[in-house]
Amino acid sequence: MLDFLRQPWPWYVAGPLIGLTVPALLLVGNKALGISSSLRHMCAACVPAGIPFLNYNWRAERWNLFFVLGITIGGFLGYRVLGHPDTIAISAETVRDLQAQLHLTDFTGLLPRELFALENLLNWKGWVFLVLGGFLVGFGTRYAGGCTSGHAISGLSNLQWVSLVAVIGFFVGGLLMTWVIYPLLF
Amino acid sequence: MKNLKYLVLGVLFGVILTKSEVVSWWRIQEMFRFQSFHMYGVIGSAILVGMVSIQLIKRNRLKTINGEEISLTDKKYTHGTWIGGLIFGLGWALTGACPGPIFAQLGSGVAGATVLLLAALAGTWTYSALRDKLPH
Repeated sequence: MLDFLRQPWPWYVAGPLIGLTVPALLLVGNKALGISSSLRHMCAACVPAGIPFLNYNWRAERWNLFFVLGITIGGFLGYRVLGHPDTIAISAETVRDLQAQLHLTDFTGLLPRELFALENLLNWKGWVFLVLGGFLVGFGTRYAGGCTSGHAISGLSNLQWVSLVAVIGFFVGGLLMTWVIYPLLF
Repeated sequence: MKNLKYLVLGVLFGVILTKSEVVSWWRIQEMFRFQSFHMYGVIGSAILVGMVSIQLIKRNRLKTINGEEISLTDKKYTHGTWIGGLIFGLGWALTGACPGPIFAQLGSGVAGATVLLLAALAGTWTYSALRDKLPH
């Protein structure tokens, strides 16, 4: 059993378990799965700065902050305690593309160190991948009213057409970045 | 501690995200390049299971473990749905992380995740400050 848990989990195990989080949160306390809201609660708790959108009773949404604290602990348990192969087994084509287009050579870790190591903040890569990338994630999810969990999983599970629009937006944005902007950056 | 149950569910969610590697930039690149079924399988089967579960909850009028009504609110459309969606998509392909995975990466010990989280908070804060001036 432990050996199985240590391996990367296949999609048909992980996907249904992620899906079950939706009814689990509903049954436990009538909460809708959604993670990007936690960013808003943190802003409201720490730097409300008189902004109306950040002036609400974030304490009533504290469960969400406990949930993301849990995710952080889960990341530690999943990667450090259960252990994980050093190199993610992505397809050979992706490796070839990333070598050729992004000039990556080190394929270990959850993310490429050549782009995401803190030292990269001394050149343009860190500012684009870490700072601009993170900024767009925080700005875009709140503007869209949700992220992959709130719109794609939770929203589509509840047959929300609004969420379908959002998810198509996520995907078009991702394809634009990967196929149009990446070639311009490198 | 009524919030403890959400902490526990969060831990499970974080382990699943990590062990299925959806928190990995490599997997997101593979997805946007259509070179593996993995991410599509994870997201697709999650939605399918979520959909069936919600139908079961609705049809059987299930209540929470404390006997409260389960109410699902409808999402409201604004132009932000697609504009914000596009912006998030650009960031998703850059960072390889949506908000959930940023927290999981933080826990797994990726140093860059601290910068990602601070930048994402700055993005959310900036949106909040500019909200009235943006098309919705």
